[in-house]
Amino acid sequence: MISFININKKFGKLQVLNDVNLDVFASKSYALIGPNGSGKTTLIKSLLGLVVPTSGEILFDDKSIFNDWKYREKIGYMPQIGRYPENISIGQLIDMMKNIRSHNDKVDEELIDAFKLYKIYDKKMHSLSGGTRQKVSAALAFLFNAPVLILDEPTAGLDPLAVEILKEKIISEKTKGKLLLITSHVLNDLDELTTDVVYIFEGKLQYNNTIEALKDETNEKRLGKAIATLIKQKELMDSITE
Amino acid sequence: MTRVIKYIFYDLLRTRFIILYTAFLLLSTFAMFQIDSDSGKVVLSLLNVVLMVVPLISVVFTTIHFFNSYEFIELMLAQPVNRKSIFLSEYISVAVSLCGAYVIGIGVPALLFGADATIITLLFTGIILTLVFVSLAFLSSVLTRDKAKAIGIALLFWFYFSLIYDGLLLWVVYSFSDYPLDKITLTLIAFNPVDLARIIMLLQLDISALMGYTGAFYKEFFGSNLGAILSFSILMIWVILPLSIAMRIFSRKDL
Repeated sequence: MISFININKKFGKLQVLNDVNLDVFASKSYALIGPNGSGKTTLIKSLLGLVVPTSGEILFDDKSIFNDWKYREKIGYMPQIGRYPENISIGQLIDMMKNIRSHNDKVDEELIDAFKLYKIYDKKMHSLSGGTRQKVSAALAFLFNAPVLILDEPTAGLDPLAVEILKEKIISEKTKGKLLLITSHVLNDLDELTTDVVYIFEGKLQYNNTIEALKDETNEKRLGKAIATLIKQKELMDSITE
Repeated sequence: MTRVIKYIFYDLLRTRFIILYTAFLLLSTFAMFQIDSDSGKVVLSLLNVVLMVVPLISVVFTTIHFFNSYEFIELMLAQPVNRKSIFLSEYISVAVSLCGAYVIGIGVPALLFGADATIITLLFTGIILTLVFVSLAFLSSVLTRDKAKAIGIALLFWFYFSLIYDGLLLWVVYSFSDYPLDKITLTLIAFNPVDLARIIMLLQLDISALMGYTGAFYKEFFGSNLGAILSFSILMIWVILPLSIAMRIFSRKDL
């Protein structure tokens, strides 16, 4: 459904993405993992057109996204750090997004209800705590029933109750056949939420397979352990080749 | 696009700056009409306001607004909205509100105290100057990610066109005063929108006779239809060129 073809991105001299090739398909859920600064967010942002790759091409439904914008109707995006106009209220923000994304389908306000956001509709954005902001981001990402959901560290900063609500929501969307791309450092969360693992290290795609396959390869039962073993194996291989 | 414009307008009006700007222009125009009853002299005094203050306010306000709405722009870019239409919406909203403030601030007192052709020209040149400097400010905003740097570049544009360029022009005219410079100065003036606006205004005020032969030459050129069309198109280039460069940079910018 979405193909990244030979994506390179440089910020000045820093090579953030190095020849990334990746295909992701509908009704699958991908865990995008890698250490801090490995290029996960840059990859996501280049899919959204927020970052323009230095070279390479991204295809959405077999059409290049370069200079296109209509395809973003099919994407719900929850940013890592939600930045919103500071002097408007939550209610105004949600109304604004509904207004801008005019569409025929019914909106999905399940998360707004579950997080009880309607109670604080007239709170201004600048007065919100990091966690509440994250709840607003999540509610907005799921609001438009988009077939592709991109969640950049969705559970970071949320309280345990909210994490459970969000996870339930993600699982229910997963069963509806949507394509999910989730980055997170909480690997136990990813174990429940995702079907595939994409591992990025220093801008390079290192691993892309199903979680089951990864667990078999590494003889581990938990995703966290499996990833750790994978990284160790890679390091060992690298030290041998060097 | 109209929806995006609506939200930007809403945001602009809430900052109250535009209202303050309108009030300032209203107050100074009223005061000048009170001091002097001759509308020609009033226009001449207003001309100085227009040539210095309007570009200054335009560049500073536009740059500050652009950086204050960075979050909004970022939010919009993740939505199914065209990058170019976001940029144009920003431009249209800022330009329309600044021009609106200007037209109300100068136009309302002028109507009350009796408007004539010179006031119309003053309104017109002020609008064009606003558009030019809003374009330049957008250009300086997309050139850098740093707010302070962008305001610095924008102010530099203002300094250059309001003060430095005239100094350079004077120096050229002085050092080459033995040569016929009419056509060369006329060409050089086209490279500065503020000078162009000033000359269009001065010729309207019929004081070009004070400028001697050169004045007569200018009058002949700018007074003719061809000259008017030409100076108008040059000013339009000053609006469109920085804006299109800025738009090109913006459409490939990483956020």
